[in-house]
Amino acid sequence: MPVAGSSKVQILHMYKEFIRNSNKIQNYNFREYFLRRARESFRANKNVKSPEKISELISEAEKDLGVLKRQSVISNMYTFDKLVVEPLKKR
Amino acid sequence: MFKGLSFVSRRVPVLGSVGYARNGTTLANAAVQRRMYASAKVALAEDLTLETHTDNQTAAIEQANERGAMANPEVMDSGMQSLQHAYRESGDYGTRPIYLDMQATTPTDPRVLDTMLKFYTGLYGNPHSNTHSYGWETNKEIEKARNYVAQVIKADPKEIIFTSGATESNNMALKGVSRFYKKTRNHIITTRTEHKCVLEAARAMKNEGYEITFLNVDPQGLVNLQELEAAMRPETCLVSIMAVNNEIGVMQPLKEIGELCRKRKIFFHTDAAQAYGKIPIDVNEMKIDLLSISSHKIYGPKGIGAMYVRRKPRVRLDPLISGGGQERGLRSGTLAPPLVAGFGEAARLMMKEYGNDSAHIRRLSDKLMNGLLSIDHTILNGSADHRYPGCVNISFAYVEGESLLMALRDIALSSGSACTSASLEPSYVLHALGKDDALAHSSIRFGVGRFTTEEEIDYVIKAIRERVDFLRELSPLWEMVKEGIDLNSIEWSGH
Repeated sequence: MPVAGSSKVQILHMYKEFIRNSNKIQNYNFREYFLRRARESFRANKNVKSPEKISELISEAEKDLGVLKRQSVISNMYTFDKLVVEPLKKR
Repeated sequence: MFKGLSFVSRRVPVLGSVGYARNGTTLANAAVQRRMYASAKVALAEDLTLETHTDNQTAAIEQANERGAMANPEVMDSGMQSLQHAYRESGDYGTRPIYLDMQATTPTDPRVLDTMLKFYTGLYGNPHSNTHSYGWETNKEIEKARNYVAQVIKADPKEIIFTSGATESNNMALKGVSRFYKKTRNHIITTRTEHKCVLEAARAMKNEGYEITFLNVDPQGLVNLQELEAAMRPETCLVSIMAVNNEIGVMQPLKEIGELCRKRKIFFHTDAAQAYGKIPIDVNEMKIDLLSISSHKIYGPKGIGAMYVRRKPRVRLDPLISGGGQERGLRSGTLAPPLVAGFGEAARLMMKEYGNDSAHIRRLSDKLMNGLLSIDHTILNGSADHRYPGCVNISFAYVEGESLLMALRDIALSSGSACTSASLEPSYVLHALGKDDALAHSSIRFGVGRFTTEEEIDYVIKAIRERVDFLRELSPLWEMVKEGIDLNSIEWSGH
């Protein structure tokens, strides 16, 4: 089905966007949280079949991605020291 | 190779040293001294970086390097060595402490901030102005937030009153209800382990001529229901018992208390600042008449809270603040739309993330508890079964709590509630549980939240273990304990 095919690419692309933008967050706790949540929620909805549910999830994820993009920029504007568990050099 | 080069040359101007290259000598010094942060990559225009950094890391790293450079072992005393190891003061890691004080306050969720920002940039209308669209738009958002706040406790949105926080809500409940019914009823029941604001509000009512019963709790921190029933009188107007304790995380049997109160037609108020959104609460099933909520305990903004006031059967109360009659006349004053909307979003997220958050918190808290309780002579304070897992209060015998906190400057912890941590008095909550002074002094509260990571918990377990060992080695009492002397059998002389 062409719809399913295109949406699979779309979803994978969106997942990558989530991971990329989460990684940009400066705050350790927020970054780890959004990475964890992105992985968990995409995995949890892996087997969703109904097209309505899929499009609903996609539009919700689009909204969340917008929040994530804005907040990752803001977190880079107001930065703080790194936590004691964070290596100073980029991993 | 070329790829790498072009990458570097592209990055250099963004990293902020372009001023040095362009303006030559005039800016030279300033530019050289400017530190480069990974975060600097968010330069928007060529010269302009929007980044502001709150920096106290440099100083700490310098200090660490200095100490590390002091090669003379005689100068370095062994304690310092050991602590240095424990602090992980290597310069390879950051210096900002791990935040484990979630009962004091929680970090504001970025999604909450995102909701709030538009109220500071464009949606500035007064939500009570109903003559123009500026008022309508903020009012719409406020009602949306009220709906979310109500949904968490399965209440009707009309029953939610926004206040400045749980302290105001608690005061409003205790003072408002008893003042309204003062002609017929003059008795209030509460417990000894309540938050300071409930205890102080109760004491203030005592001065107004009301009788207050402070119920004792058992060693687990739970209220005895028979005792509660025995304390109820025909003139009792209010029972106020908190849902989750802020120091020991003990959950009270709300449903049973609610039923007792409803049977006797007494109003039941619960301070749910620590419980709201974190444990399942249903105001109808638990027969709660008044409930206090705080926004900054659920990753929302500070400075806002709410109060649930039941409409059927109606609870009436005297307002603390008189004015324009906002919030059903119970709390006059213009609402703060940014805070209310942020609070609403925080409540929505508590509902949406409930399953995930509670599983995550329980997993980390179990790990922390098992890790810490495996140290010798440690005790978990409060009930092990009736508890909110996000709050772990542990006593480390033969270690003084304040000195442990000093040794733990890389972990943000507290020995009790933030309100009383300024004084060196041991916690009154632990006293009410029947703990002696020594144990109350050596207790520490750990708060686990949505944003806590496993890595942090591993670090904390390791750090506490090392430093408890270290401090115990300094203690003569510990030596005696290790030799098997019962400390209670010693007759101390000299006083």
